[in-house]
Amino acid sequence: MGNPKSAYSIPTKKGKLDTHIFVVWVDNEAGVLARVVGLFSGRGYNIESLAVAEVDAAKNISRITIVTTGTPQVIDQIKLQLKKLVPVHKVADFKREDKKVIFKEMALLKVVGKKKGLEKCIKACKSFNPVILDKTKQSVVIQITALRREIDKMSKKLKPLGLTSTSRTGAIAMTRGAEVFK
Amino acid sequence: MPKLLTGAEIVFKCLEDQDVEYIFGYPGGAVLPIYDELKNHETVKHILVRHEQGAGHAAEGYARSTGKPGVVLVTSGPGATNVVTALTDAYMDSVPLVCISGQVPTHLIGTDAFQECDTTGITRPCTKHNWLVKDIKDLSKIIHEAFYVATTGRPGPVLIDIPKDIQFAKTNYLKPKKEKKPNGTSHNKFSQSEIDELINLISKSKKPIIYSGGGVINSGPNASESLREFVRLTGFPITSTLQGLGAFPGEDNQFIGMLGMHGTYEANNAMHDCDLLINIGARFDDRITGKIDEFSPKSKKVHIDIDPSSINKIIKVNLAIVGDVNEVLRSAIKKINKKQNGFKISNKQNISKWWGQIQKWRTKDSLGFINSEKTIKPQHAVKRLYELTKNQDTFITTEVGQHQMWAAQHYKFNKPNRWMTSGGLGTMGYGLPAAVGVQIAHPDKLVIDIAGEASVLMTMQEMSTAVQYNLPIKIFVLNNQYMGMVRQWQELLHEKNYSESYTEALPDFVKLAEAYGCKGIKAQTPNELDDKIREMVNYNGPVIFDCQVDPNENCFPMIPSGKPHNQMILGPNDKDEKKITGKGKTLV
Repeated sequence: MGNPKSAYSIPTKKGKLDTHIFVVWVDNEAGVLARVVGLFSGRGYNIESLAVAEVDAAKNISRITIVTTGTPQVIDQIKLQLKKLVPVHKVADFKREDKKVIFKEMALLKVVGKKKGLEKCIKACKSFNPVILDKTKQSVVIQITALRREIDKMSKKLKPLGLTSTSRTGAIAMTRGAEVFK
Repeated sequence: MPKLLTGAEIVFKCLEDQDVEYIFGYPGGAVLPIYDELKNHETVKHILVRHEQGAGHAAEGYARSTGKPGVVLVTSGPGATNVVTALTDAYMDSVPLVCISGQVPTHLIGTDAFQECDTTGITRPCTKHNWLVKDIKDLSKIIHEAFYVATTGRPGPVLIDIPKDIQFAKTNYLKPKKEKKPNGTSHNKFSQSEIDELINLISKSKKPIIYSGGGVINSGPNASESLREFVRLTGFPITSTLQGLGAFPGEDNQFIGMLGMHGTYEANNAMHDCDLLINIGARFDDRITGKIDEFSPKSKKVHIDIDPSSINKIIKVNLAIVGDVNEVLRSAIKKINKKQNGFKISNKQNISKWWGQIQKWRTKDSLGFINSEKTIKPQHAVKRLYELTKNQDTFITTEVGQHQMWAAQHYKFNKPNRWMTSGGLGTMGYGLPAAVGVQIAHPDKLVIDIAGEASVLMTMQEMSTAVQYNLPIKIFVLNNQYMGMVRQWQELLHEKNYSESYTEALPDFVKLAEAYGCKGIKAQTPNELDDKIREMVNYNGPVIFDCQVDPNENCFPMIPSGKPHNQMILGPNDKDEKKITGKGKTLV
């Protein structure tokens, strides 16, 4: 229980948190990312990951993908608040469990060590579309694309084998099939 | 080829095409080109304030009392930061403002230049949208869009930051486009089936209540007319939020008073016990709901609002109708009238028991207070002020605190746009500059700021503005020498530790008035109160009225924090109350 000596109400029980992925189409103009991110921080919403880039140069549209957690009520609010921003064109939100949507993250992994260790690392990455971007006698830079938790797992696994540096993107999302979100 | 215009000229072209009559502002280095251009535009009159916050609140008062957007003009840096409070206030209370700020020249942005600040960064969370104009070619389009954004949907403040070099640069002027909808947003998204469902709920209800808010005022005077028709047709009791006062006549028998923390006993109990709650243009603010878990537990809830993000934000509702209040109400009224016999008669039978219960609650007389013959009770002062001004079309602004709640409780509003108060942000110092703005818009009307002595000192400098423009505003100060609401909370919650809530060395308000070149009046006893109020009202010029009231009076009734609507603390007149005060500490 909070302190009752207050002019404000006491916080009530929090509901279950769900992980959602928001895809936001915005005008690619100065400050637009700050508007979106400021909305999250200002209202106390969480950002787990963020990915943004221009997707349509002719129409000047950027696509922002945000992974967040919240109660169903909060998720609803995020969506409605995002839609109120002037440069926002449309907002889609997907549950992480949604089978109709593909989620992907990319990671660059730098491993430093002896040849045997490096070979082991490359092998371990096999199921995540590994691309060797750079290779020397003592090091290798591997690119993998996978789900967030898979990359988490890989980082853990490769640590003892000489993983020294990890760079990751936020998640991006795309619906399966011919349908396009309107 | 049309003549090329400077940025400063374009600003005024836009203001003219947007039918702007007044701008409230304060000059400075980064807006001088715009000020230089002022002389060439007779239809746009500039009101020189004494502090940029005052410009913002004056524009709010202007906007609230007219329904038109208020326009503010300030310089860069401190000019912009000073207006932030007013922008936030307007954002919380959905007041349409267009603020134009000067900025250092484009090439100096980001260099910590003199009077530079990140204005768009600072104001991003307290505006609906803002723009930094980096290219003169965008200027006219941006200003027109700014007016559109400020005034459509749920209204609110916007800001346009114009660097000084853009004010000098030249380009063609573009007229506003008609019917422009950014990103295709429409505001009326309701369907006929939702209206049918509303009618269905209405006809089934035995204990209904209508809870209306500032959205009705924002929807325009027609919405207030529609609300009155809707309430009469249904025969339902109606309560109102602080911002909604005046949308429905305060003296009407179907009006059961304001609800919420300092609302009436009957309104709050009716909210708690009802089986149908119809929210029209209100937002379930935490001063209204009290404890969320126990808010109106037995009711079906309907929420009519133009802003989809207001719906289900705090209270889950059974039926959401997204649209302009007036459109929704017109649609519902049409449907009710179409139904055979109307359900006027049967409905009144349905709810007659409910009205009986409400009458019982009414007998508590929760706004009652123990009057005195020796000292002026603040409630008495507001009541007398109402009685002596109700025969004319009076506009009331307030500051924030006890006096604000007493004004809301005891001054009765019968028309919309007559009540200007800072509700969401609770800005002390709002009322005096707001009164300036209201008086500018309504030069021949009686404009009174019901104030507290602590609040009014925060923006007192605007008396100088009032004197400059011959604005006969009346500043009715309920002077109890305390920050009254702070003192009340300290009494109830912090063991009467009146930490820093007493003001030592208050100015002599009569002499202060004289120093500003206006009239000062002081009232110390109930006997002289009426005559002095008459003197104030009849004086043709600005007045500061020092009404010295009982310093220990508390604002009742009240819902203590964390409590539901049916557990109110009533005033000292109520017998049951003594028991509650005994346990006061555990209660609050």
